[in-house]
Amino acid sequence: MSIPLNWFLVVAAGLFCIGLYGVLSRRNAIGILMGIELMLNAVNINLIAFWRYLDPARLTGQVFAVFVFAVAAAEVAVGLALVIAIYRNRDTVVVEEIDLLKE
Amino acid sequence: MLVSVLVFVFASLVTLGAAVAVVTNKNILHSAFYLILAFVGVAAIYVMLEAPFIAMVQVLVYIGAIAILIVFAIMLTRRLMSKDMDQKNAQWIPSALGSLTLFVVLGWIVYTAGWPAQEGAMPAEPISQLGQDLLTTYLVPFEIASVLLLAALVGAILIGRERETRSAE
Repeated sequence: MSIPLNWFLVVAAGLFCIGLYGVLSRRNAIGILMGIELMLNAVNINLIAFWRYLDPARLTGQVFAVFVFAVAAAEVAVGLALVIAIYRNRDTVVVEEIDLLKE
Repeated sequence: MLVSVLVFVFASLVTLGAAVAVVTNKNILHSAFYLILAFVGVAAIYVMLEAPFIAMVQVLVYIGAIAILIVFAIMLTRRLMSKDMDQKNAQWIPSALGSLTLFVVLGWIVYTAGWPAQEGAMPAEPISQLGQDLLTTYLVPFEIASVLLLAALVGAILIGRERETRSAE
């Protein structure tokens, strides 16, 4: 417990913002998914840090982190299946070219 | 005490540096490998927070499943995004400014909030306590998560598979 809570929170905030930049600036759909994974990791660091420093007796934070893991796994499986289906039908993974609903 | 600070700073710098490489590298496959390094750094941070079970799940789920899945997807779709193509879209400068602003705001919030941090006692056996909690207090969310995973599995197979009826169209 020699490290202050703030340090963990700042690292998590930095990781979240880097992931946000990746989501907003990447053209490749898989790159966007990688940014989302970084953001989910930042959220998990926050959950575990708050559990450890604010309420270590009850394991609510860890339970929540486990659920985030499960949802992240489901999200990436469906997301990558969508990317591969679009690649097969439209021959692209660039999000700007996936504009079927605009036409 | 000094050692743990050094380890923390090292793990944080590795994580953040790898994360920057993930979002800026021109070669998307190298981005995926840096993503694995970032996940390892996050696992180290979990160990420092005395959550070894979460660190192990991080290695198993994120590195063992998600990163490998991403590498597979990149290799299946690779020939379209060669290295000399522009990987950033037109709005990358506003995105960078927005992310930086968000980081400054979050940092300010973190340092002015005054978290009521306390030296609480950890449970004697956190991992078995976690299992108990998952199957008593959090039983309904646990079951919903398993249904969600099943739905995602079926959905991913349904979306990703080749249509057999394509030749008839």
